[in-house]
Amino acid sequence: MKAKIHVTLKSGVLDPQGKAVGHALGSLGFAGVGEVRQGKYIEIELSETDVGTAKANVEEMCKKLLANTVIENYAVEIVG
Amino acid sequence: MTAAIVTFPGSNRERDMVMALTRAFGKAPALVWHRDTELPKVDLIVIPGGFAYGDYLRAGAMAAQSPIMRAVADRAQQGVLVLGVCNGFQVLTEARLLPGALMRNAGLKFVCREVHLRVERADTPFTQGYRKGEIFKCPVAHHDGNYFADSETLARIEGEGQVAFRYCSPQGDLGAAFTPNGSINDIAGVYNDKGNVLGLMPHPEDATEKLLGGLGGAPLFAGLAEALAGAPA
Repeated sequence: MKAKIHVTLKSGVLDPQGKAVGHALGSLGFAGVGEVRQGKYIEIELSETDVGTAKANVEEMCKKLLANTVIENYAVEIVG
Repeated sequence: MTAAIVTFPGSNRERDMVMALTRAFGKAPALVWHRDTELPKVDLIVIPGGFAYGDYLRAGAMAAQSPIMRAVADRAQQGVLVLGVCNGFQVLTEARLLPGALMRNAGLKFVCREVHLRVERADTPFTQGYRKGEIFKCPVAHHDGNYFADSETLARIEGEGQVAFRYCSPQGDLGAAFTPNGSINDIAGVYNDKGNVLGLMPHPEDATEKLLGGLGGAPLFAGLAEALAGAPA
């Protein structure tokens, strides 16, 4: 199975990159663009066959390495 | 007094640090590789600047998980002095040996220039060579130096005197105009709660030679040498 992980900045943490992307979209003429927040998307192939165990393992990976929980949140989805 | 510098693939300021430490301590520091699992018995451990592991994932994130960092954490726990400069500061926050996090500069650009720093405390082994409130000039060179801590952590580190240095004007005024990276409360360097671990984004080791732009960083190393002078060799 596969883990799909989104790592995003916590609300309240400024995201100057997202802001710059938002400005760029505006200057390209895209109307109605509100706040833009940028994050990371990570896919991991897993040999684990139990969804619950896989999810617990990946959440541990997020806490230890994939996300910096001082500034980031993570969301894990297990598929396949 | 003895020192060790921890290097990672991508460290690039360790030689500057070797020079500054050799000058202040009278002997060269040991160099330790990231795959090593043990540190020599030293009074000071330094994590130098650079781009450990190419800043993959987040600056300092991979380095913080390397084998040698377990030994660094153990020594820090025992009270050994640990200094992280620039990338070394990022590594120490990622290793949770220091509070907060270092994010992309608010202006999104790599910043390489001289800044002024204000010494918030002069009663630590790292800053006893300065006066409290002293202002000195020091270079910065980083892309991810935007210090952030949540409001609770910020209140704690401010309340406990864990802010080591703040960016300021040549006269010591604070404000966004003098902070090169958007750091919260103009924070340029912080201590851990015990005060034996210090991280800062500016490079004091690159301000220890008059010919190369000044001596603003020299008191940090001289102060460390003085503080550790009584330590067994």
